[in-house]
Amino acid sequence: MRSSVYLLISAITLLLVLPSSANAQCKNFAKTICRLELSPYIHDGNYNAAILTEGEEAELFKTFYAGQEYRISVCGSEMLTKIEFLVMDVDRKVLYTNAKDNYATSWDFKVENTQQLIILVKVPVVSSKNEELKSGCVAIMFGLKTD
Amino acid sequence: MFKGSKKILAISALASLTIFTISCKCSRETDEMLQVSGEQGAADSALVSSLESVNQIFYSLPSPLETAMILKRSGATYNEELLNPIENASKYSTTKSMALNLGIYSTDLSYASLFDQTQATIKYMTASKKMAEGLGILNAIDNSVIEKLEENINNRDVILETISETFLNTNSILEEDDRVAVGSIILVGGWVEGLYIATSLVDDINKADNEMVDRIVDQKLSLQTVLKLLEQNIGNADVKELYIDMVELQNAYNKVKITVSDVEIVSDAKSKVATLKSKNTITISPETFKKLKTKVLELRNKYTA
Repeated sequence: MRSSVYLLISAITLLLVLPSSANAQCKNFAKTICRLELSPYIHDGNYNAAILTEGEEAELFKTFYAGQEYRISVCGSEMLTKIEFLVMDVDRKVLYTNAKDNYATSWDFKVENTQQLIILVKVPVVSSKNEELKSGCVAIMFGLKTD
Repeated sequence: MFKGSKKILAISALASLTIFTISCKCSRETDEMLQVSGEQGAADSALVSSLESVNQIFYSLPSPLETAMILKRSGATYNEELLNPIENASKYSTTKSMALNLGIYSTDLSYASLFDQTQATIKYMTASKKMAEGLGILNAIDNSVIEKLEENINNRDVILETISETFLNTNSILEEDDRVAVGSIILVGGWVEGLYIATSLVDDINKADNEMVDRIVDQKLSLQTVLKLLEQNIGNADVKELYIDMVELQNAYNKVKITVSDVEIVSDAKSKVATLKSKNTITISPETFKKLKTKVLELRNKYTA
């Protein structure tokens, strides 16, 4: 009976620790891998990252300011081989999709006038029917061009 | 038989916990969607239905670094008297006041760094460190950060990279520790400070540089993001108070009009930098600006008191 209790405690501990460990890995991935992709732009310092599974999507809403040049970088951990991202206006008109740009992981742009834009990130399902869907960290980061 | 019971017990425990975990995640996401749905009303039902397939929603505010860059590009001058004195740091003892002023000091240090005011940058980084430590974010800004700034007084790129890294550390540690509400308060504090500096630098909108006034008006768009960001953590009492303040600020912005035309993309094969072209028209009267400036000052005084 005592070993059952230990087993139960271990199971609970594992379930509590796993998400935190995944978040820590995501943080390190964003800091060590994704941030470098922004160079020579300077990372704005914001952290937008989450664990996504194949078939899942994430959206980011942000205002981009006139005169400022931006680099958007969307990167996924090794488990996720392909990440699609779209840049849309507030009416959800697609302005850019990396699917038409060989799944580039970054895009440089500036806005003539200040704009609210939506960044939609999709993790396509590439695993076959018999395989378990893969999950991994996906980070959306912004770089700012300095003078 | 006994061995089998243990297995069943363990599997049941794991299954129940897994179901519990999944249920919690789903209900939280539904809450977020309901908030979006509730605020925008039936007219936005198309947007809501498209959000239903989205597993994660981020509302990204301009970081203190971006805010400072926007200020500088708009023709701002450097005025240290506008910044929150570092002596005030010892007054802040609650989570809310420390989080707000971590954001405020972060914008102040970014503003100082972009104008090559290295001593002020180091001073404000030290004040930020104090706020971060008070909030229990011990590893976000350590002594090595201050030393790095001191060693690179004449290297603006290293200084900006260092500042950017400390913001990322702060944000990611709070996210990891499941303290996103505190993170949202920090961001809003930094955003209000940027708006305060900008409005303080404009006395008369008829005489002022148009670009600075344009950027102040543009903050009406970011204010929508501020409200959405806070709505995600509205269950937190500090966030709720801040949300009420931001609704008051929204009222001050109500008479400011912005219309945005369709956006067209123009690619540049040489620079590989695309331009999003559109025509915005903005309307703001001197009286509306005065009311807005007064409201921003009132909020900023409240947060730094």
